[in-house]
Amino acid sequence: MISAFRNWPSALFLCLIALSLLAPLLPIHDPLAMNIASRFAPPSWAFPLGQDEYGRDILSRLVWALRSAMFIAISAALLSGAIGSALGIIGGFSRGATEVLTMRSMDIILCFPPLLLAMLAVTLYGPGSLTLIPVLALVFVPSFTRVAHASVLTVRSQEYVDAARGMGAGAGRIMLRTILPNILGPLIVQFSFVMAVTVVLESGLSFLGLGVLPPAPSLGLMIGTGRATLAQAPMLLVWPCLVLSLLILVLNAFCDRLRDWFDPRHVHGTGN
Amino acid sequence: MLTVPARSAAPSGPILAVSNLTVSLKRGDAWNAVVRNLNFEIAAGETLAIVGESGSGKSVTALSTMQLLPRGISRIEGSIKLAGRELLGLPETEMVKIRGNDMAMIFQEPMTSLNPVMPIGDQIAESIRFHRGVTQAQARADALRLMERVRIPDAKRRYGQFPYQFSGGMRQRVMIAIALACKPALLIADEPTTALDVTIQAQVLSLIKELQEEEGMAVLFITHDMGVVAEVADRTLVMYRGDQIETGTTAEVFARPAQPYTRALLSAVPQLGSMREHAKPHPFPIFDIATGEAALERELPDIRQKQAPPLLDVKGLSVRFDIRSSLLRRVTTRVHAVENVSFNLARGETLAIVGESGCGKSTMGRVIAGLRKPSSGHVELDGRDLAGLSQHELSRHVQMVFQDPFASLNPRLTVGKAIQEPLQIHHLSSPKERVEIAADLLQRVGLSPEVAQRYPHEFSGGQRQRICIARALALQPGMLVADEAVSALDVSVKAQVVNLLMDLQQELKLGIVFISHDMAVVERISHRVAVMYLGEIVEIGERAEVFGNPRHPYTRRLLDAVPMPDPARRHYRRNLTGDGELRSPLKPRGFVPPQRHYEEIKPGHLVQVPGPEWA
Amino acid sequence: MAWFLQRVALSIVLLWVVTTLVFLSIYMVPGDPVELLLSQDGAAPDRATIELIREDLGLNKPIHVQYVEKMSALARGDLGRSMVDDRPIGREIALRLPRTLELIGAAALISLLIGLPAGVVAALKQGRAFDRFASLVTGFAQGVPVFVVGTLMILVLSQLLKLMPAGGFVAYASDPIGHLKLLFMPAVAIGIGLSAILFRITRASMKDVLPLDFVRTAHAKGLPERYVIVRHVLRNALMPVITVFALQLGGLLGGTVLVEYVFNWPGLSGMLVSAVSARDYPTVTAVILVISALFIGLNLVVDILYGLADPRVRK
Repeated sequence: MISAFRNWPSALFLCLIALSLLAPLLPIHDPLAMNIASRFAPPSWAFPLGQDEYGRDILSRLVWALRSAMFIAISAALLSGAIGSALGIIGGFSRGATEVLTMRSMDIILCFPPLLLAMLAVTLYGPGSLTLIPVLALVFVPSFTRVAHASVLTVRSQEYVDAARGMGAGAGRIMLRTILPNILGPLIVQFSFVMAVTVVLESGLSFLGLGVLPPAPSLGLMIGTGRATLAQAPMLLVWPCLVLSLLILVLNAFCDRLRDWFDPRHVHGTGN
Repeated sequence: MLTVPARSAAPSGPILAVSNLTVSLKRGDAWNAVVRNLNFEIAAGETLAIVGESGSGKSVTALSTMQLLPRGISRIEGSIKLAGRELLGLPETEMVKIRGNDMAMIFQEPMTSLNPVMPIGDQIAESIRFHRGVTQAQARADALRLMERVRIPDAKRRYGQFPYQFSGGMRQRVMIAIALACKPALLIADEPTTALDVTIQAQVLSLIKELQEEEGMAVLFITHDMGVVAEVADRTLVMYRGDQIETGTTAEVFARPAQPYTRALLSAVPQLGSMREHAKPHPFPIFDIATGEAALERELPDIRQKQAPPLLDVKGLSVRFDIRSSLLRRVTTRVHAVENVSFNLARGETLAIVGESGCGKSTMGRVIAGLRKPSSGHVELDGRDLAGLSQHELSRHVQMVFQDPFASLNPRLTVGKAIQEPLQIHHLSSPKERVEIAADLLQRVGLSPEVAQRYPHEFSGGQRQRICIARALALQPGMLVADEAVSALDVSVKAQVVNLLMDLQQELKLGIVFISHDMAVVERISHRVAVMYLGEIVEIGERAEVFGNPRHPYTRRLLDAVPMPDPARRHYRRNLTGDGELRSPLKPRGFVPPQRHYEEIKPGHLVQVPGPEWA
Repeated sequence: MAWFLQRVALSIVLLWVVTTLVFLSIYMVPGDPVELLLSQDGAAPDRATIELIREDLGLNKPIHVQYVEKMSALARGDLGRSMVDDRPIGREIALRLPRTLELIGAAALISLLIGLPAGVVAALKQGRAFDRFASLVTGFAQGVPVFVVGTLMILVLSQLLKLMPAGGFVAYASDPIGHLKLLFMPAVAIGIGLSAILFRITRASMKDVLPLDFVRTAHAKGLPERYVIVRHVLRNALMPVITVFALQLGGLLGGTVLVEYVFNWPGLSGMLVSAVSARDYPTVTAVILVISALFIGLNLVVDILYGLADPRVRK
């Protein structure tokens, strides 16, 4: 509360979420409506950022592309977060063979660089959002598992976990009610981080033409096609580059802010 | 280099002279004076102890002298003179030449004070190389000599080893070797033995003392332990919240404390042997810090139900942990944590289990509380075998209070919810009743029911321990296992929590297993005592018997090593307890523990017949 | 020594599991994989083609026979043939892999020269102007995707300022200067992000180590500041840096794909992207296998380095 200015990442993050949610309600053109007559038209009142190679509204396409990037990022991060955290907590809490098995299987997934794993999946299942979300989720499951596992390792040796066992709490209750609330911080940080990385990965795949399929608006795709008309209409390339960079910058800054917030060393007042 | 007066000749002045020292630390934007107007001197060959509870500013004083406080957030005013030379205002390039050379320091945490990735020997040689400008080979030879001087066995081989291969006591010896590397005129020891076991503490303290005599160093000794003060210090300075309360020769301060705080502090110190006249447990006298006066002493009736069948009956209990080789996961060695242990506990009785780290006392506590399964043997509670009880059922009868009050409460639960949690787990009472029960329990442990809405981090260590006790009582168990439950608390708070446990025992007829390494507290609280060594009980009996007439060599060694808060009874010099380390409970696979025999000295006082290792 | 053997054994097991998984991946597709691979433009492929492909991929044999054949082929170093032009995949990879590795090496060098020292200095001067400035810049640089950096570099340096060639490749042997000129832009494009990451992790790790007790011990010994930083702080702070850096380099084995594509650098990526587009399953799996194997090898090297640097790990 010291200064709203200092917390610009959170403010901008909320703006991005609002923009994505409200995209269908905004008074902007249909992002798919073509008008060949006005290809590469310069900015005008009706089209503030001009029109692209098919005469579509660039502004509207940027907003919708942002929406799709956010949607994919949040869905994939939620999916992998849920699976990865559950595996990490169960593995970390039960120890023994279960622990070895979960952590080793994560090591195996980690042997594949993320982009390659995604490309293998695209080869098998074909491109498109429906392939993209589960694949991106799978790619980031190990990161959640590792974070959850590491946090459980520190938490499970705390005496309050023993205390919970000592009062007769079952494994499920301890994992959900005692451990989970105490490792939520690192998991939320990881969630925001994975969101940022997912945006990068998704845009990369779309850039190569292996992600979101045209004509759906996607930042990576817009950059990819913009390269072809680099000399003719450089702004077609510059706009999506700017929006994508800004999006990732905000997500990263937001993640850093969360990390500081949850850093145990920043907890104020220990009461003694 | 600083010129220090020749140590053989009569020193011309004090080695360290501190006057009007005020230290402020920056918190947020404000400066906080944590040490105010401190004055003291130390002569060559003399030991000054600065004593105080946590937050008294004693460690800050030590770090200020070394000028090791982080720059920018600390401000030191006044004067600190080392052999006549003013240290305040010296540029860092000059301080670097003085630190480790003319004055040196050892720290509290031997486990973290050494660089984990650098060989031990190099960490000693480093200092010599920089201050003396000698060759690598020469520094190495000197370091080896130093390791031998601080009695690290097999120094040549251990020179190249890393800190993780050293025990706590051995690491502290390495720290001493580093500090002594350049024969400093002043040695600052900041709680050097607090993290060590009591027998190891005795060895380290007498080593410091002996080296001081040989070198004629001035020693500034920082501690919270009045027993240690009495053992080592010529003069004592008492600090309280940043102020110098009292200074004098140690004998004077202990015999005729001038200030109420000093009186209260001294009286609160658990003193081994103070219970000679009492056969039963006896509460600590509680002293008012403002007046130094004691509350009225109370006698507690003996409520032990000795005739009834025992509340807890442990027969032939053993716990072993397998250690597997990393490659083939074969069991190569086993930790014999608890080995063939038997004892019982009556309702309303406190049995103390004492011993040093690794003796298996905590493991045994966890077995009794159901948190660990025994490898063999039986534990019967109220005549029912623990093996047949689920943790859920068992928790109605036994609850545990843990050592670390900062770690044993879930930071995400309010205090009220934490106390209600056991009731919730067992589906006892309605939500509304639970709130009332929690309020009632808070009152019982001496806290206001209003604090139920607060989170653990808002409480002090002593208050948290009270909360933990309240939580443990929520299910109305017949028995408590207190695992080092007061070890982390300051002396004055410690006395109060021990008294609380004794009062609760009276009210609720609790059986208490009190696990502790603190012999003086044990002497107060327990009816009976069991002494553990390497997983076995070597001696057990009525408290007055075991303390008054210790028979096993280990019990004697343990009692001898406890520092006495009485300067007239300094005894380390006579009783140098050798340089041995605690032996390891780690045994090769297939190790068969020797058959032990017990001798009954008096009814109930059993002593293990010492094996050949004690000859 | 036991520790060392254990790491090697673990890597071999990992390699075997990864190979098996890649082999099995084609069966993880619901329905007939061949039909799916061929149904690119929505047109149903004719039966004869399906049979032909099936024969070609060996999918008509029982699965265990296929597995043994595939594994023994791999053991001989035979990576199979492309489904599109029937060329041996191994030879193509051998031609392109060094170019990819060269690119990664150049980027790693850039980041080690910039990110590492900058991180150390920033940690020592926490909160000062340099720290704040560098943290801001890297906060931006680590986020921007590498293909955006590359594309914008082409736009500015090649298109507008005409300083650099927009992309392509000449062999070092035939034109050393031209080769390095073409290497410059893609290496910098990767190097920027990598420097930023290296900066941040170095700074964070230094910040973690600086307040530790043993650093205070080193100061109490009266060792000079610079010596304490290098021998005590940096020595310990580098451990997590090594781990993260290696992970990043491993990620780059796949991540250069985008940069190579942007700058027309004929490494593994061109091969991979066109193979994925053409659904050339044998080529895709072969490239992925090679990269994963390199990745496992890299991790092994890092583990061993780590063990040499930290005695506690060897225990």
